[in-house]
Amino acid sequence: MTARPYNFAYLDEQTKRMIRRAILKAIAIPGYQVPFASREMPMPYGWGTGGVQLTASIIGPDDVLKVIDQGADDTTNAVSIRAFFAKTAGVETTTDTAAATVIQTRHRVPETPLNPDQILVYQVPIPEPLRFLEPRETETRTMHALAEYGVMHVKLYEDIARHGHIATTYAYPARVADRYIMDPSPIPKFDNPKLDDCPALQLFGAGREKRNYAIPPHTRVVSLDFEDHPFERTKFDAACEFCGASDSFLDEVVIDDKGGRMFVCSDTDYCQKRQAAHAREDDGVESRGAAK
Amino acid sequence: MTAPLLSAQALSKRYGAIVACRDVSFDLSEGEALAIVGESGSGKTTLLNLIAGALAPDAGEVVYRLRDGATRALSSLSDAERRGLMRTDWGFVHQDSSRGLRMNVSAGGNIGERLMALGDCHYGRIRENALEWLGRVEIAAARVDDQPTAYSGGMRQRLQIARNLVTRPRLMFMDEPTGGLDVSVQARLLDLLRGLIADMGLAVVLVTHDLAVARLLSHRILVMKESQVVESGLTDRVLDDPQAPYTQLLVSSVLAA
Repeated sequence: MTARPYNFAYLDEQTKRMIRRAILKAIAIPGYQVPFASREMPMPYGWGTGGVQLTASIIGPDDVLKVIDQGADDTTNAVSIRAFFAKTAGVETTTDTAAATVIQTRHRVPETPLNPDQILVYQVPIPEPLRFLEPRETETRTMHALAEYGVMHVKLYEDIARHGHIATTYAYPARVADRYIMDPSPIPKFDNPKLDDCPALQLFGAGREKRNYAIPPHTRVVSLDFEDHPFERTKFDAACEFCGASDSFLDEVVIDDKGGRMFVCSDTDYCQKRQAAHAREDDGVESRGAAK
Repeated sequence: MTAPLLSAQALSKRYGAIVACRDVSFDLSEGEALAIVGESGSGKTTLLNLIAGALAPDAGEVVYRLRDGATRALSSLSDAERRGLMRTDWGFVHQDSSRGLRMNVSAGGNIGERLMALGDCHYGRIRENALEWLGRVEIAAARVDDQPTAYSGGMRQRLQIARNLVTRPRLMFMDEPTGGLDVSVQARLLDLLRGLIADMGLAVVLVTHDLAVARLLSHRILVMKESQVVESGLTDRVLDDPQAPYTQLLVSSVLAA
């Protein structure tokens, strides 16, 4: 008989307990950054050590895990984190958004609407939205405590003064439950409206910065803006070349060295589902139509 | 007689064995400019920081009359109240402009910050205000989107002043506002300040070692030596007819051009 090489989900039980307490506190105070004793993980900082620790703390043997990186299920970060939990927790993994109970994500919110039985775990590089203008941690904490958020608008003012519009397209600051302002991690601002009134629990983990914060289900999340320059969701002039979707976030892909490019869905699961649906429809049309 | 705007009562501060400020008291009325002069190390800046609430005194108290008429000791204000006061009813012009400005934010953003902190969320209105204040401190409107790093020393000081005045404060603290500027730029800045102080009815506490600056800007003067006030009175009286030996020395040390 061989001893199990890892504790369930890698972290020891005391660590998971500590992180769960921090998560509960984060849920109790939506948008507030709760410090936690972040551990060394067997991957470099910047690869999702914060998200992995949150996932490890909340995952159970019956959970189904999906991991996405920039919307894709098949990139290095996503594949290795899925493999990590398949090995250390023995949980089932999936690429199907609807089938997952825990979704760990880097830089995207899935296009498929989430449901109340799901938890979305974000990997966060810099949790402090005020860092751009205020480098002192003691000062930013005071500013959060006193809700002194004027400088957030200074950042947006700079955008408009320089570019004529709010040019921040990712990590777009938002106010949670009419109180704390948070950095929604580097998701595109296209995804910001999905945070608002989301039925799923959303957890944010920053491993290097040792902070976590949360948006409980159905919480009001408002993106900051000016009265005369309201928040606008990114719009695309193109549709996905693979599935024809015009309502999803698109990646621009360079396809040759002559300036050729194409737009495709960043959410691979959403795109493949749509392609499969089209293929079924086409089959249906063909079988009904005359044989070749 | 109305109560003074700000009243310092027997302020003392020591750093270990060194006494930086010993038993200083004065009243400041609305619209009055008070200069604190003295040589380096005489406790001028410590006194300014005590009055502005940046340092806590070991003894004594600073009492301030708020906009709503209530007179409160600074030590009794909460952090939120004190910071609110500093953002709205007070201004602080530093000698080193990089302490008073956000150097990586455009001039317009610097001026607009206080308005945005008060909850103004209308870009057009904030920008209009910024342009108006740039005009009032004699900076060309075309420079509104430049960062202070691209400004000259004199322009930075003027920008600092505009950034503070945008909320129409009643009290300004200035720590050597003309320090490190050449004389022609100094003259222009002083001229501008004099106009603004008179127009807006600002009360000013000015720290300087330059008696000419004190003469131009202030109504009253406190002369400090070795952490104590050695003489105080109307500026012209003190400078023209100094009583204390140290003031006499100070006045006679000024070089005539």
